[in-house]
Formats: sequence, C-alpha cells, structure tokens
Amino acid sequence: MSAASISLQQEHFDAAAEVAALTRGRTDIGAVVTFTGICRGEENGAPITALTLEHYPAMAEAEIARQIEAAQSRWSLLCVRVIHRFGRIAPGEDIVLVVTASSHRHDAFAAAEFLMDYLKTRAPFWKQVEQAGASSWVAAKETDEAAAARWTKPRAAAE
Amino acid sequence: MRVKLLYFAWLRERIGKNAEEIEPPPGIATVADLVAWLTKQGDEYAHAFENPGVVRAAIDRAHVKADAPIAGAREIAFFPPMTGG
Repeated sequence: MSAASISLQQEHFDAAAEVAALTRGRTDIGAVVTFTGICRGEENGAPITALTLEHYPAMAEAEIARQIEAAQSRWSLLCVRVIHRFGRIAPGEDIVLVVTASSHRHDAFAAAEFLMDYLKTRAPFWKQVEQAGASSWVAAKETDEAAAARWTKPRAAAE
Repeated sequence: MRVKLLYFAWLRERIGKNAEEIEPPPGIATVADLVAWLTKQGDEYAHAFENPGVVRAAIDRAHVKADAPIAGAREIAFFPPMTGG
C-alpha cells in the first residue's frame, strides 16, 4: 500500500509546497495530478461573504482514509495527499487539496477525480453560506451524487 | 446499553444539541427504529427528522443505511447529505 497523508485543518495550505514535498528526491513518480477546490464568490447567482464548514472530525479522517484505500486498490498509486480545511473560508481561498502520484498519468488522473467525487458526497463536512447578512445551509447537489455513482458502474458502461 | 448520539448541521440546530447519551428502550433494533423513537421525544426531534429520507446516519464513524442494526454501537451520528470538497 502506497503512502497516503490526510490533514484536516483550519489553516491555509500551499499546494505547490505540498507537491514539492511529495516528489522531492523521488525518481519513480512519472505523473502528479493536483486538484484544488476553491471557494467561489457566488452561490445560486448571488454574491457570498463567506463559507463556514462544519465537520465530524473523527469520521472525516476515517472516511477519507477509506476513500484513499479504495483508490489505491483500483489504481496504481505511489502516493496520495489530501488536505481539507474547515471553519470560516472567504471567497478566493482554497478549501480542499487532492494530490495523486503514479508512474503514468492515467492512474493519477482517474484517482484524483474519484477522490474528489467521493469527497463531495461521503466526507462529513457541511457548508453554511453567508449571503446578504444571513446564513443558510448549502444543499447537496444531485450532480455530485451522480458523479460519485459513475465509479460503481461496470467498466463497459462507465463514461 | 448507553450510546452516544451526535447531530450535525441543521439537525443539530433543530434539536438544539450537538450530542447526547441515551439508553434506547428494548425493541429499538435499527437506525430507522431509533429515528422513529427519537421523533417522539419532542417537537424539536420531530422537526429534525420530519423528512427521514434526507437524514443520513453513521455508526462508529462509518456510513450506514436506515436498516442497519444499532446493537453494540458506541456512537451514532445523524446529519444531512454532505457538502464537503
């Protein structure tokens, strides 16, 4: 099983520094895919002041670890790094980082997409959005559920 | 057998607590049974669980379906569909 590292934190992260730390001194990695999820400045067509992310700490760590294990069993990965912030996040700030490394690009791309689809639907975080002085809970999107469901279709039927 | 219940997001807001310890009465075998029993414990619970199809559950930090048995559970969490990532 390849190395995997998960951080749940309030603080900002530096995606470039994370990638550099993963690849430093290695000559087996041929492909690194980095995904960063960013807080947008609008939700449902209206500007937002901030997002606040609530989470279930012990389960988030356990669930993300399970998702990474699933990715490692499906694809050939040399290492995986996931960082998920919680707390108050302003527009333009990073929320989540997924880095996957493999010998060849197919596995790194597929695993990164898989992990993001699962993070969106199964990682216990809940977003509250502040708009026009009021807070409301963001509703889960059916498109995210559909994206996650793709990964369990038989190969021949998958997009 | 006492079990810790955790509530998140708007479930937590509607119930007015983020956690509590309870002793489920005999006959409560599954998550669905527990939700039905909680619903009767007060208006705040009825409001939180008014749409049971939308409520998700986890036992000991792993997702479970409504028919999952609760015997032996140490921690049961209830929450809306997740919006992480």
